[in-house]
Amino acid sequence: MSHAADLPLWAALLVSFFLLLGAVLTLLGTIGLVRLGTFYARIHAPTLGTTWGAGGMLIASMIFFSVTQSRPVLHEILIAAFVTVTTPVTLMLLARAALYRDRTENNDGVPPFRPVIDEPSGD
Amino acid sequence: MSATILSWSVGIAQLLLVAAMACCVYRLIRGPRAQDRVLGLDALYVCAMLLLLTFGIRVGSALYFEAALVIALLGFVSTAALAKFLMRGEVIE
Repeated sequence: MSHAADLPLWAALLVSFFLLLGAVLTLLGTIGLVRLGTFYARIHAPTLGTTWGAGGMLIASMIFFSVTQSRPVLHEILIAAFVTVTTPVTLMLLARAALYRDRTENNDGVPPFRPVIDEPSGD
Repeated sequence: MSATILSWSVGIAQLLLVAAMACCVYRLIRGPRAQDRVLGLDALYVCAMLLLLTFGIRVGSALYFEAALVIALLGFVSTAALAKFLMRGEVIE
């Protein structure tokens, strides 16, 4: 880490804080991926890693390279924007595919294809 | 001083990310159905992308950033294609 020897202390502390924040949140999300019971509960867990997990890591990387190169380095915003846009798209596609599979196999716990409309009893 | 702090925090962050990848691999192997495996793969590539970013901070080169960007792009395409495959049974109709 010889390139970081001239890094000021406040920058090192800030980079360490955001790195550990991102890593801990990503780990919590994947622990949820292991521990939660059903697929529809599980699909919520890894989004913790793609929002503040990736966000913390990218903020740490931006601060580190901006301070060491003494110019604003902002290209990490590309990854942040891309991950923020694509995660809901992929997970909604996956959830719809899972729902379709569960419905065609008549599994329990998913709503049927058409909502059952209750006939008004009596008149 | 700051180099020591930084090397320790980068090392701890890498350990936590490797533990996160192990959790994803567990779900990838054990997952009772195909959609669980796809979800594990999706979380696995996000963790791999973040691990590459920490390698970039450790080495101090911006080359790793581009590899992370490529992983993010390919991961999106692969998860979307796998979800389409689960839904329809084929990717390109």
